Amino acid sequence: MHEPGQEEKTYVLNFGPQHPSTHGVLRVELQMEGEFITKAAPDIGYGHRGHEHMAENRNYQQFLPNMGRVDYLHALAYNQGYCMAVEKLTGLEVPERAEFIRVITAELNRIASHLLWVGAYLLDLGAFTPFLYCFDDRENILDLLDRVTGSRLTYCYYRFGGVPKDIDDEFMAGCRAFITRLRGRFKDYDDLVTKNIIFIKRTRDIGVISKEQCVRYGLTGPMVRGSGIPYDIRKSEPYSVYPRFDFEIPIGERGDIMDRYLVRIREMAQSLRIIEQALDKLPDGPIMAEKVPKRIKPAAGEVYQAVETARGEFGCYIVSEGDIKPYRIKLRVPSFGNLSILPEIAVDTLVADLVAILGSIDVVVPEIDR
Amino acid sequence: MVTYFKEILTGFYSLLAGMAVTIKYFVKPIVTVQYPRQKLSMSPAYRGHTEFVLDLETGTHRCIACEMCARICPSQLITVEGVKIDPKKKVPRKYVIEYQYCSLCGLCVESCPTKALKFSEEYRLAGFSREDCVVDLLARLQAQQQRAGLAVTPRPEARREEGEAKPEGEVKG
Amino acid sequence: MDNLVRILGTDLGRMLAGLIGVIALVSVNALFLIWMERKVAAHMQLRPGPMEVGWHGAIQTIADALKLMGKELITPAEVDRSVYLLAPIVVFLPVLLSFLVIPFSQTLVIRDMNVGVLLILAFAALTVLAILMAGWASNNKYAVFGSIRSVAQNVAYEIPLLITVMSPILMVGSYRLTDIVAAQEKFWFIVSQPLAFILYITCATAETNRAPFDLPEAESELVAGFHTEYSGMRFGLFFLAEYTNMFIVAALATIFFLGGWRGPVLPGWVWFLLKVYAIIFLIMWFRWTFPRVRFDQLITFAWKILIPLAFANLLLTALVMKLM
Ligand code: SF4
Ligand code: SF4
Repeated sequence: MHEPGQEEKTYVLNFGPQHPSTHGVLRVELQMEGEFITKAAPDIGYGHRGHEHMAENRNYQQFLPNMGRVDYLHALAYNQGYCMAVEKLTGLEVPERAEFIRVITAELNRIASHLLWVGAYLLDLGAFTPFLYCFDDRENILDLLDRVTGSRLTYCYYRFGGVPKDIDDEFMAGCRAFITRLRGRFKDYDDLVTKNIIFIKRTRDIGVISKEQCVRYGLTGPMVRGSGIPYDIRKSEPYSVYPRFDFEIPIGERGDIMDRYLVRIREMAQSLRIIEQALDKLPDGPIMAEKVPKRIKPAAGEVYQAVETARGEFGCYIVSEGDIKPYRIKLRVPSFGNLSILPEIAVDTLVADLVAILGSIDVVVPEIDR
Repeated sequence: MVTYFKEILTGFYSLLAGMAVTIKYFVKPIVTVQYPRQKLSMSPAYRGHTEFVLDLETGTHRCIACEMCARICPSQLITVEGVKIDPKKKVPRKYVIEYQYCSLCGLCVESCPTKALKFSEEYRLAGFSREDCVVDLLARLQAQQQRAGLAVTPRPEARREEGEAKPEGEVKG
Repeated sequence: MDNLVRILGTDLGRMLAGLIGVIALVSVNALFLIWMERKVAAHMQLRPGPMEVGWHGAIQTIADALKLMGKELITPAEVDRSVYLLAPIVVFLPVLLSFLVIPFSQTLVIRDMNVGVLLILAFAALTVLAILMAGWASNNKYAVFGSIRSVAQNVAYEIPLLITVMSPILMVGSYRLTDIVAAQEKFWFIVSQPLAFILYITCATAETNRAPFDLPEAESELVAGFHTEYSGMRFGLFFLAEYTNMFIVAALATIFFLGGWRGPVLPGWVWFLLKVYAIIFLIMWFRWTFPRVRFDQLITFAWKILIPLAFANLLLTALVMKLM
């Protein structure tokens, strides 16, 4: 509170928790001077559900459905991270075909997540129509994934030791059709969005993150890659069958919003490449490891497994005490780290930029409030 | 000066290119489905709530009331009450799921030793109360049998000494 | 009957009849435009839009309007009551008055004044006042933001708008709208003034606060901007004013650049309306294609690009006029 007689220069603006562009219940407390932000403090925890605590009270299988709900946009990567961690802990071998299926579905899911981001981000910037085009494409992916996983959003598909349902020819044909379709659509996105002068003006040199900042804040995913650091778990700590595919890690140069946008767009193209190769090389064989015990009861120990989700590094850290329930599961979620840089890059920008920056971080708030 | 005009021109051109895209889609046919006038068919893997598999050989379900599904369910929403109809065979007298808690993970379906469960293709699952979401799988199976013209599996009576022979409450199927 | 004719013959009678006609037109126009906007948006986005009420949802807007009227009129605590209540009316009146001078056809004009252009532009400027009132009185930070933006934006864009329309006026030598249309007998001014047309459309989009210049109500930034706190029919009036404003700027564009009511076969007013709706379609097309510009870029754009270009165009016109 300011003293009487003293001129009040700044004021507080509550951005959220109910605001059209906070994507969930995130509140940012803004200290403003006119339309300029002098301080931004994100306030999280509005949607806390206690996933980690839930893990301590149920056995290993029973925690599976939770993984689809931490980050609902790239749920399969979470499925994968958790399953791989438990497989590491118990020494289960996953058959090759299952690994391929996992990669195909996870990459499809990554594209779906990026598509949704592009659409929702453009919505933040005030363009409505690209949102619907993205959703039109994303709908195709959901239909495909629906065929194998049985759900359209909060997937619970991978199991310890493999996957429960095999993919069929129709799914593969659908995948190939989708690859052609999306490749054809990139030009439209280019014309409609990437080359659009208004879009360029809104994103070029806004929200610049330096390499040093990336490292200091522990950013992951498109956030670091946009700043020019080629850090992608799929390459730097390869897991599953990713080393067998030929794909690139797109990086940006300046670390601004535009670069992050381009990284995501290019990543979609790379994911398409991975899917194509995986479909070509898909081996025959079982989809489930033999002798998966009915009750998972790993020996005491701890394990960490990281995977690359659409937003960055998801790490699953499990401590087992040799019980059927995990002693502790810690989920390292990318959005939490990525959001932490907001106070630093939001200073001295306009409200409109804040919307643009916040959008470019691609936070999934339930993931932060896990 | 040159850059100034160049920027205006390229900017203007980029706007036109964008407009060309939207007008292209403007004349394309629509892609949405006018629910409820049009409906899509569910994919074969679609997960509605669970239901009993109607075994065409026996004309009834295959559940042996082993409660495996009830035990694995993360949300503990399955209630199975079995009754022994002869020393070797046990059948469920009551199999009720409280669908509102279900996360559609599929663990129950996979864990069932006799493959007695499957996912239905039911997608109109909204209700006004929790009770609306409670599904009695036996009643559902009976309705299904009726429709297929099969003999309806009766609800087995509990034996006297088990004491709980009261008729079931108001449970919707 | 004779009496009616006599009353209509007088100036006052003409005004009265005109006012009734205008109110009818405004409502029907808004109903149509809202439907049109939804359809245009929908088809660009590969969906059908409203389909349920009436033929292809044609009277959906009436249903919506009825619903809007049924809503509670909320007056939040600590608003500046009188200003808060006055704002929706103030936003609407100038819009109505602008219709006084618009010639729908050679004869269908309520009052053919010799300062028609100035009158319309002066009235259009009044809308800003209403938005400022609404934003300020609402006692809401987002609403104040919206109204401040609106004032800056409208002031900035009125200048190029005026300069732009000066070019055709210079060619005609009259502020009277019917004269301007009359002067386009041989060719439409869009042919001789293409740059002015583009500039005019840009400024008009900004003046009516339409996307990509819809900063006063920028949904993803300011929730709903200046009308955040308005509900029910009060909000409805802002909405109505927006669509009527669109009609007016499109009508001006038609008069200045597209030859007004001129056109073969069909009667004049039909041509006029057709052209107006074509322009409105263009403006809607912008909205459903572009992202929103940022506030400072918007102002920069006006001062650094629109105003110089408008001036250049005016000078060029003057030069050519002089040489010819
Ligand atoms: S449905 Fe299957 S798992 Fe569940 S009680 Fe019946 S037989 Fe056992
Ligand atoms: S699908 Fe999962 S949550 Fe639902 S009843 Fe089966 S085990 Fe329980």
